[in-house]
Amino acid sequence: MQEGRRHNKPDKRSGKEGTSYEISGRCLIIRLNEELDHHNAILIKDKADRLIERNHVKHIIFDFSGSGFMDSAGIGVIMGRYKKVIFIGGKIAVASVNSVVDRIFRLSGLYKIIDKYDSVETALNHLK
Amino acid sequence: MDNTNKMILEFESKSQNESFARTVVAAFAATMDPTIEELADIKTAVSEAVTNSIIHGYGDCIGMIIMRSFISGNEITVEVEDSGAGIEDINKAMEPLYTSRPELERSGMGFSFMEAFMDDLEVESVFGQGTLVRMKKRIGKQAVKGYTQQPGQSVI
Repeated sequence: MQEGRRHNKPDKRSGKEGTSYEISGRCLIIRLNEELDHHNAILIKDKADRLIERNHVKHIIFDFSGSGFMDSAGIGVIMGRYKKVIFIGGKIAVASVNSVVDRIFRLSGLYKIIDKYDSVETALNHLK
Repeated sequence: MDNTNKMILEFESKSQNESFARTVVAAFAATMDPTIEELADIKTAVSEAVTNSIIHGYGDCIGMIIMRSFISGNEITVEVEDSGAGIEDINKAMEPLYTSRPELERSGMGFSFMEAFMDDLEVESVFGQGTLVRMKKRIGKQAVKGYTQQPGQSVI
């Protein structure tokens, strides 16, 4: 579904399409392939935190091209990851957000602490 | 236009039912010909209410959540009811950014989103007995916060 998959870490989950994770330099790319609610948030947080610690991740990019819905649980996921990387000067970026998700970010004021990009590639170029 | 409809759904307080519940309401509301934004508003609000019942109402236990929805003309009402812990201080619970369970990395925006995305929000709760959230939204009025449409303008 995506162009340019570099340094792709194979996911142990088999057959089931879910969120995938990719490390590119010191960036962690989280490609959301499901609706970001409380149910999915629990799994995404655990997986992301393990990758952040293991790979010395500095910046995190959330790719919303495969996810068209988010509720306040998504805000919790992003704010939680923000707190993890902010101390080492890291940044959080979101890419390919649709109007529904965009409105959640605007209403919650999250754009004060995260940056929005058209695509993962643009975000990577800015963060590298 | 005589357009009334009603549905009642009962399901267990398991987190996988969050998407089930909001999808059901979205399908139920589809006959009202809502815009994508209006549908997203309803889905988000339902998701917040059901998640609250699961996390705060029942916590680590599994209980039943009753969801009712009524359509009357251009207005949809959604009720989410649990027989869980109840809310001790509703005003406190509804404060933006307040969460009783910060260890879960909750943003504390649940009730704020319900208020922002629906036209009307009522919360009835008896501490120790359960909570009922009643939300109403009028479809086709386009006064959605965060957008800049003219009031009264219909896209249908």
